[in-house]
Amino acid sequence: MSAADRFPNGAAAECRPWPRHLLDPARWAALAADDSLTLLSLWAEPGLVHAAFLAEGGLLLASCPAPEGRYPALSPARLGAPLFERMIHDLWGLSAEGGVDPRPWLDHGRWGLVAPLSGRPVQTMLPPPQPEFLPAEGEGLHQMPLGPVHGGVTESAHFRFHLQGEAVLRLEARLGYAHRGIIGLMLGKSPRSAARFAARIAGDSTVAHAWAFAMAAEAAAELVPPPRALVLRAVMAELERIHNHLRSWGAICEAAGLAWPHARCAVLREGVLRACAAAFGHRLMMDRVVPGGVSGDIAPGGAAAILSALEAVAVEIPELAGLCETHAGLRNRITGIGIVTAELAARLGAGGPIGRASGRGFDARRLPGQAPYDELDPVVPVLPEGDVGARLRIRIAELRESIRLVPAMLARLPEGELRLSLPQRAGEGIGMVEGFRGECLHWMALDDGGLIRAVFPRDPSWLQYPLLEAAMQGGSAADFPLCEASFGCAVSGVDL
Amino acid sequence: MTLAPKLARALFRRPLAEPVPPAPDSVVQALAERLEAAARRRLGRSLAIRQVNAGSCNGCELEIRALSDPFHDLERFGLRFVASPRHADVLLVTGPLSRNMREALERAWACTPDPKWIVAAGDCAADGGVFRGSYAVEDGITHALPVDLIIPGCPPTPAQLLEGLLALLEAQAGPAPPRHR
Ligand code: SF4
Repeated sequence: MSAADRFPNGAAAECRPWPRHLLDPARWAALAADDSLTLLSLWAEPGLVHAAFLAEGGLLLASCPAPEGRYPALSPARLGAPLFERMIHDLWGLSAEGGVDPRPWLDHGRWGLVAPLSGRPVQTMLPPPQPEFLPAEGEGLHQMPLGPVHGGVTESAHFRFHLQGEAVLRLEARLGYAHRGIIGLMLGKSPRSAARFAARIAGDSTVAHAWAFAMAAEAAAELVPPPRALVLRAVMAELERIHNHLRSWGAICEAAGLAWPHARCAVLREGVLRACAAAFGHRLMMDRVVPGGVSGDIAPGGAAAILSALEAVAVEIPELAGLCETHAGLRNRITGIGIVTAELAARLGAGGPIGRASGRGFDARRLPGQAPYDELDPVVPVLPEGDVGARLRIRIAELRESIRLVPAMLARLPEGELRLSLPQRAGEGIGMVEGFRGECLHWMALDDGGLIRAVFPRDPSWLQYPLLEAAMQGGSAADFPLCEASFGCAVSGVDL
Repeated sequence: MTLAPKLARALFRRPLAEPVPPAPDSVVQALAERLEAAARRRLGRSLAIRQVNAGSCNGCELEIRALSDPFHDLERFGLRFVASPRHADVLLVTGPLSRNMREALERAWACTPDPKWIVAAGDCAADGGVFRGSYAVEDGITHALPVDLIIPGCPPTPAQLLEGLLALLEAQAGPAPPRHR
């Protein structure tokens, strides 16, 4: 069903490339129950809530007014909605009526403000409340708190386990520790000067987020970036996928107790990062993608450095990948653990390797018009098992595919400009880029002066944390590090 | 796959660990002045590091983790990461100090035994970096704790991190510098 059939006489805002439909509360609530749609994101601006759904053939955007600060909840029908609704309450002060979970999420009561983005934030002096966790029932239960300061070099998050012996009855993630107020910092700035925040939503996905942000800004201002910039962006995005997949691969092996592949992956990854620094002047390629294009050209000799680093990776992949099949210990650790069922992955709309390891083949690179990927035809691997091993194998397959794509792009790098200046005008746009963990989805509205009036960057991790919790249920607490490594979610991406 | 060829290869391959540039004398001197002679004796030539993330974008963590890879091989210098602040000599803190992490960081610092160092790694930790001025951050670690050393960069490269950490080791080696009062 097309959007026009769905809303025959509804008003639509001109959001590019997909219009945004303004719905009344009844129609908004009806949308929640529509099984042909997958909820990708839910966010707000003062007085208005927005949702992005994946429909056949593209995105479907919808908005619902929130007079008196309330709007109909989507969470009773949508597994992915509760975290978003809690975030909307914390940042914009809008309540989901009939929502399944009213607890705070990002707001730990320490900002000195309530609803910082509501337009009328209220000062508060109240002491921070004690966090509440969902209860679990059973004989001989105990709780195990983990974090926010962890044993390894990692991000800050709190995990609360309800255990019965070793068995996990319930795992709950409590995030928000890395809330930096990114949306607040972006508001009122030009996309060009707010791009540095987009590049720092999650440092390991800096290219993907900066690109999705730039794509939204360019759609809003109706600017088509130059072809050379598009290909350079894709080269950087694939390099980002490669270095992160190598990192996840190493991390999974380490969590499974295997030091050698962990060390080899680290060596190969370091080679890739050094090539990135040689080619683009920054190891993680931060601030290289900017609205309008890219900030600079690939350095002379950069392509050669990249190709030789990728060659080194390609040479070692067969032996390292073979371990998943031949090393009995590794195979044992990664098989049948941390299972995400295909049904759950589909209902949550989980993207990235997590979704693809559970039979959900979505990859934003294959959307129509996703230049330059439309000419490259990237192969998207899909597996049905949904366990740690499947997530690892998907990453290895994607790594191989990215190693094929980068040289193909470098060989056909179009000549021409690197950056165009963004016209200063009003507009609204949305951009979606496949990062290494899944699709980064950025929405942006510009005012008449071309400054950001409203914005929301959605990291794929929003839809993946609920799956991590589900995957641990019934498993053993000792498997958590392994399971977490195979998910590789970004705390900072959700914390904003 | 038999083990023999792999072993042979490993035996004859040179290690990947790379030399690092010496820490600048001025930094070492300044750090040494912060340390009592008794503390210097107790810390000796090794340091246990506990990393605390105070709201980083995770970019700094990527580079800190790279310190343990075979190229940088932190442990050859007597530097190692430990799992608890109670076992640490150094808190290596990243991020702009989000308000939501302040209490956790202060508690980690409180249970780190004396003598101890605190290092702010990355531009965020130095002064809030790009997040400076947000309602949700404290504009750097100095707002909560007495920072001994700042390692700038967004993120600092592994080489820069190593240089900073080695400066701490240098500072606690050698005799106490004369105190300027
Ligand atoms: S200094 Fe840069 S890399 Fe480090 S946490 Fe801050 S923004 Fe991220």
